[in-house]
Amino acid sequence: MLNQVKENKMRGGPDPYISTTNACKLCTPLGACIAFKGVEGCVPFLHGSQGCATYMRRYIISHYREPVDIASSSLGENDAIYGGGPNLMQGLLNVMDKYQPGLMGVASTCLTETIGDDMPMIVRQFRKEFENMDIPEIVMVSTPSYSGTHMQGFHAAVHALVTQLVKKSADHGGINIFPGLVSPEDIRYVKQICCDYELDAVILPDFSETLDGAIKEDLEMIPSGGTPVSSIKSMGGAKMSIELGLCADQKLSSSICLEKEHNVPAHRVLMPVGLRATDKFMDILSQASGKDMPRNHELERGRLIDAYVDSHKYIFGKKCVVYGEEDLVAGLTSFLVEMGAHPVMVATGGKSKVFEQSIKEVCQGMLSYSPATLSGVDFYQIVEQAEELKPDFIVGNSKGYRIAARKWNIPLIRVGFPVHDRVGASRIRHIGYSGAHELLIRIVNSLLDKKQTDSGVGYGYM
Amino acid sequence: MEARILESRKKQVYEKGQAPFELECNKNSLAGAVSQRACVFCGSRVVLYPIADALHLVHGPVGCAAYTWDIRGALSSGPELHRLSFTTDLQEKDIIFGGEKKLYQALMELIDRHSPKAAFVYSTCIVGIIGDDLQSVCKKVADLKGIPVIPVQSEGFKGNKRAGYSAACNAMFTLVGSGDTAGISPVSVNILGDFNLAGETWIIKNYYRQMGVEVVACITGDGRVDELKRCHGAALNLVQCSGATIELAKMMKEKYSIPFKRVSYFGIEDMSRALYDTAEFFKDIDPDVMKRTTELVRGEIKVLQPALKQYRQDLEGKKAAIYVGGAFKAFSLIKCFRHLGMKVELVGSQTGTEEEYQEMAEMCDPGTVIVDDSNPAELAHFIKEKDVDIFVGGVKERPIAYKLGVGFCDHNHERKEALEGYIGMLNFAKEVHSTVMSPVWQFTPRRAEKHAQSSKGE
Repeated sequence: MLNQVKENKMRGGPDPYISTTNACKLCTPLGACIAFKGVEGCVPFLHGSQGCATYMRRYIISHYREPVDIASSSLGENDAIYGGGPNLMQGLLNVMDKYQPGLMGVASTCLTETIGDDMPMIVRQFRKEFENMDIPEIVMVSTPSYSGTHMQGFHAAVHALVTQLVKKSADHGGINIFPGLVSPEDIRYVKQICCDYELDAVILPDFSETLDGAIKEDLEMIPSGGTPVSSIKSMGGAKMSIELGLCADQKLSSSICLEKEHNVPAHRVLMPVGLRATDKFMDILSQASGKDMPRNHELERGRLIDAYVDSHKYIFGKKCVVYGEEDLVAGLTSFLVEMGAHPVMVATGGKSKVFEQSIKEVCQGMLSYSPATLSGVDFYQIVEQAEELKPDFIVGNSKGYRIAARKWNIPLIRVGFPVHDRVGASRIRHIGYSGAHELLIRIVNSLLDKKQTDSGVGYGYM
Repeated sequence: MEARILESRKKQVYEKGQAPFELECNKNSLAGAVSQRACVFCGSRVVLYPIADALHLVHGPVGCAAYTWDIRGALSSGPELHRLSFTTDLQEKDIIFGGEKKLYQALMELIDRHSPKAAFVYSTCIVGIIGDDLQSVCKKVADLKGIPVIPVQSEGFKGNKRAGYSAACNAMFTLVGSGDTAGISPVSVNILGDFNLAGETWIIKNYYRQMGVEVVACITGDGRVDELKRCHGAALNLVQCSGATIELAKMMKEKYSIPFKRVSYFGIEDMSRALYDTAEFFKDIDPDVMKRTTELVRGEIKVLQPALKQYRQDLEGKKAAIYVGGAFKAFSLIKCFRHLGMKVELVGSQTGTEEEYQEMAEMCDPGTVIVDDSNPAELAHFIKEKDVDIFVGGVKERPIAYKLGVGFCDHNHERKEALEGYIGMLNFAKEVHSTVMSPVWQFTPRRAEKHAQSSKGE
């Protein structure tokens, strides 16, 4: 079956495509903005032309359905020639004036990277020039959009927060969790799990409230919630860091950074989607807390296996295609093979060096083959390759809608970023036993729905 | 939340009745102000994107193409090449060594794959900086492939969205005049500045058909390259969304002596005015055109009025805020709300000109606030101060309204319901009604008390 994948046509193969059609990735500054949104009091700030901020706002808003303010240094033609320093400084002042932020997360763009604006120098100058003012924390990250994907931008911003804010800190017995680009619901759930283990955890970033806020008496200029800056500063005193996801480059891994700089032991685990990956996550939490798995989670675990059993016939051997961010895809694949589904292709627009290895590992012992694992691809290639594999369903973000639902008339299980053609993207739970259970229900019911709809008989009991 | 209008933005906000009209506009967005505006690239992409049988290649890093992938509702009755997102996805090494070679190869590859009628190549910020020679690459490919390959000078930082409109008009103008105009009726028009969102151009085209007016080209909704090539054969240009395409109309007037009229297809008055103005233009060569137009308009209004009446009963006295891309559209919206018995308290645009704002100020009731190039803080402030029931805008404005417990109508390029024409007015009324009258607002904290009081009063 896998021989059908036309290796020679893949980008990087002997006959690679030059152009990109319907990219399966977004640009680095977008990821940085999402990460910055997870810090208390933070206003993300893009140093570049106005369009970048507006486009990314629009894109992020359509997924989270929340106000997302991203400031811009709004560079014009002269600034591009003479340097964007004055605009950056003016912009920071205006944001301070209007938002009174606790932190400004400044990300560069392709424009400012290329004209050679030295952001750290400009910011130093800014601090000096306005030393009498109460200047909030400023964290800078370099995110040239021609280098990497939104995931790199996300990790780079978290990494920048850690390297620029974490101070030498006395041991405080808490733990650090770097959840990666999961949903706000996932972050809330991680908090709940830590609470159940009676663990004091700093989660970075935490956009569970800032990108999924309750409606209140007034619109908050900066939504409440987010990881407090003081908590970030204390991350060096934690007893361990847990990073969900293995695909980020070591250089951008915040847990490894803390291990190197502050001797905080790093645990990098597969994104805990499905039974096995969650077991590993729970083991580490048990280790950190010295406690056995709390009873409610034991029960959830049991229910998940029960659901695997109840559903196994509906899903066994069903061919699926999974695409999206590397870590989420690896986690989802691990989960899908546990249920007996047959991922025939897993794809990402990113180029993580360990992606392929991760996929191999999660499939080991569960599948007699490794799915076709494609990195750095666009949707044109995904379609071209997947078409002949005749999948039964697809798991990924909204961008697969045209292929799955319109072209092939098969279910698309929407997960990841962006999900902008359905409501509730913020509330999709992926991780933990209960996240797997929710995904399972959605997947199996979609297959049952399709079977029922396509049936000429109209079975009432499935 | 404290109202904070940044000092340097104060001249971009005006309240009618306070002082003689004066409003600064059409200037670059202020750094750090969180403008709702996009960039030059956005402006040109908006205008050109609906040309459905052309290849639209974004020369730049992945973001510019990804964020504009099929986000707009411009429909096509045939090819759908415009709904794909093509980019050269520039990488670091392309930035260092230049992207011309990659652009050339990408164009050749995509033209072979899709056989488009023409190709538009959009320049982005980074391309402007590294100085790729788009002109020469495009010319080379055009010569090899025998189709027009048109560079669009849309570097994001080279001005604001309006500059992008100019870039688009310049690009389109290179096509105009290259096609055969044989067989075009003397009673013919081009529809400019309509993007066939949710099939709106089809509604308008159908009206003209009923009037006996031939539509030569739709620029750019449901657009075709061949139509653009021969559109100089039309007798009249009808320009909606004037910011976007009036420059093309002016160029065509100068070179081909084709007059143009500004129109709007939103709301009863403006829609009817557009049809009557067209009929008026052709009445000498087609004496019956006015009669057919009158019949058409009467027939449509006869159906529409009773349907609107039931919505108006509920909406009478409710208050609205408008913040849209172009000022001209805002005029029509003000009138639409009046038809529904509603009062406009705030109106603004991203790209209005001084004359447009002047006209807007004349049209508004005293006390109405007019804003140029606004931002979330200001919009939220005025929504609360004026206590509006509905806010009209685009995706970025939507959560601002919702968080304040206010209804919302999407009236930008991403709308999925047709809002033009008489049927569009009905759809608009229906949408406004369905959000303003929704029971959900009574549960939102900011407005819960007010709702409780008003229901007690009843």
